[in-house]
Amino acid sequence: MKYMLLLTRGEWEDTGPEDERQRIYAEIGEWWAKLASQGKMVGGHQLQPPHTATTLVLNARREATVVDGPFMEAKESVGGYGILEAADLDEALTIARTFPSPSSKVEVRPVIQR
Amino acid sequence: MLGPSPRRAARWRSDLSSSASTTSSEVSLERVFREEAGRLTASLVRILGDFDLAEDLVSEALLEALEHWPRDGVPERPGAWLLTTARRKGLDRLRRDAKQRAKLELIGALPERPRREADDRLRLIFTCCHPALAREAQVALTLRAVVGLTTPEIARAFIVPEPTLAKRIVRAKRKIVDAGIPYRLPGPEDLRPRLDEVLTVLYMVFNEGHLATGGDAPVRHDLARDAEWLAELLIRLLPDVPEPLGLLALIRLHLARWSARLDGQGRLVLLEHQDRSLWDRRAIAEAVRLIHRAAALHRLGPYQVQAAIAAVHCEGPTWEETDWREILGLYTMLLALDPSPVVRLNRAIARSHVEGPGKALAEIDEVRNRLDNYHLLHATRAVLLRDLGREAEAVAAGRRASALTSNSAEQALLERRLAKDVDSLANAGKVADGA
Repeated sequence: MKYMLLLTRGEWEDTGPEDERQRIYAEIGEWWAKLASQGKMVGGHQLQPPHTATTLVLNARREATVVDGPFMEAKESVGGYGILEAADLDEALTIARTFPSPSSKVEVRPVIQR
Repeated sequence: MLGPSPRRAARWRSDLSSSASTTSSEVSLERVFREEAGRLTASLVRILGDFDLAEDLVSEALLEALEHWPRDGVPERPGAWLLTTARRKGLDRLRRDAKQRAKLELIGALPERPRREADDRLRLIFTCCHPALAREAQVALTLRAVVGLTTPEIARAFIVPEPTLAKRIVRAKRKIVDAGIPYRLPGPEDLRPRLDEVLTVLYMVFNEGHLATGGDAPVRHDLARDAEWLAELLIRLLPDVPEPLGLLALIRLHLARWSARLDGQGRLVLLEHQDRSLWDRRAIAEAVRLIHRAAALHRLGPYQVQAAIAAVHCEGPTWEETDWREILGLYTMLLALDPSPVVRLNRAIARSHVEGPGKALAEIDEVRNRLDNYHLLHATRAVLLRDLGREAEAVAAGRRASALTSNSAEQALLERRLAKDVDSLANAGKVADGA
């Protein structure tokens, strides 16, 4: 099965000291590369910080309004996503648990495959 | 997926219990059903990979058994009989339903006889109690699939509207399929947290029977017995793991005191005032043996400690002569395993018997903020404040406790206690006024 790992940003990304941030980014990079080389992480990206986001709001008549910022609360903004190939939810959760970002959340969501 | 069948709701349990007389053969029939229903459901879920279909077939097989067994007697191998029947029902149904062709092969490949060596129910329990499911869904699904209760029975037991509960179960089953929750035992590194999840569900079922959170019946013996049965099953399946033994001991120690818990008018009687001659001494001794069996496995856990605390209570000749020092020590041990404010509250109660109400109140006030909506915190404060002669504060705490509980018998008890406090407050007032 395929799962999307929706990764939130940790506070350290905005407030931590520079060397600490670089160290954690490097750890996350290794984590990602390892999963990719195992054929587990089959897609995904790190995203620019939430202040770069633009949100379109579509009303019932599908007319769009452009709003500055992400639609999610700033406290829990998405920092990236990965597409994971796993046998079942348990494997996906076991992998998600190792995401090396302090004070983060990982939403594990099955991908619909047609 | 198959649509809901009109015969879907397996009424076997209520059919059995509504019979005018409960003869011993009906009792054994119920026992056979409970034992076999979960076992068969578990095997079929594994083989078919389809919760709904498995449950449908089990329901139909049980209904057929209900027609034949009371007349012809229980077959020598009830499990094999039910499997054969379920197999036939499944083939009949799927032949009628062209869309289900793929399942035909699976059903055709069902073994003629159930294999005894591997019990699929353990996997089923772990799947039903998967942490990716909400707690209420875990409870409902376990009672539905493993114990074999019907949706209306579970809804009644938890005072939830039937459609709400049905929706909860359907959603949980859908999540199992769509999110890929596996139907297998957790790996060794996951076993402990996953087992904790299972034990919590069992303990919740027991607690709901022990002291219902709503409705008119303050205690529900059948739910408590279901929890006991589930714990026994878990021990049969995992004999070398100590915490299920601790939980079963805890459940049995509570059940041993069951007949002393309500008075003639159905009012709740506190441990302190229970007639200890009504306690089932043999059951207590057996439960204590379970604690020793768990202790011999040398892996202490919170259920074992709670069982030990309950055992010390059961062994006390009177409330006053209870070994409070031992209980205080056990609570300190429990706190190290489970540092929750509720455990601290309970330790404070033990402390009041060893070091007096002042020390206990100080400990409680440290967790007061975190348990402000917990009625027992306020009930305990009321008792301690009364012991300290702070009557007005005791009445206020008692009122808060009563307002926070939804269990009718518990509420009545708190009200009775409150009335006493108000009386003594009034008397104290008169004395102070010089009346």
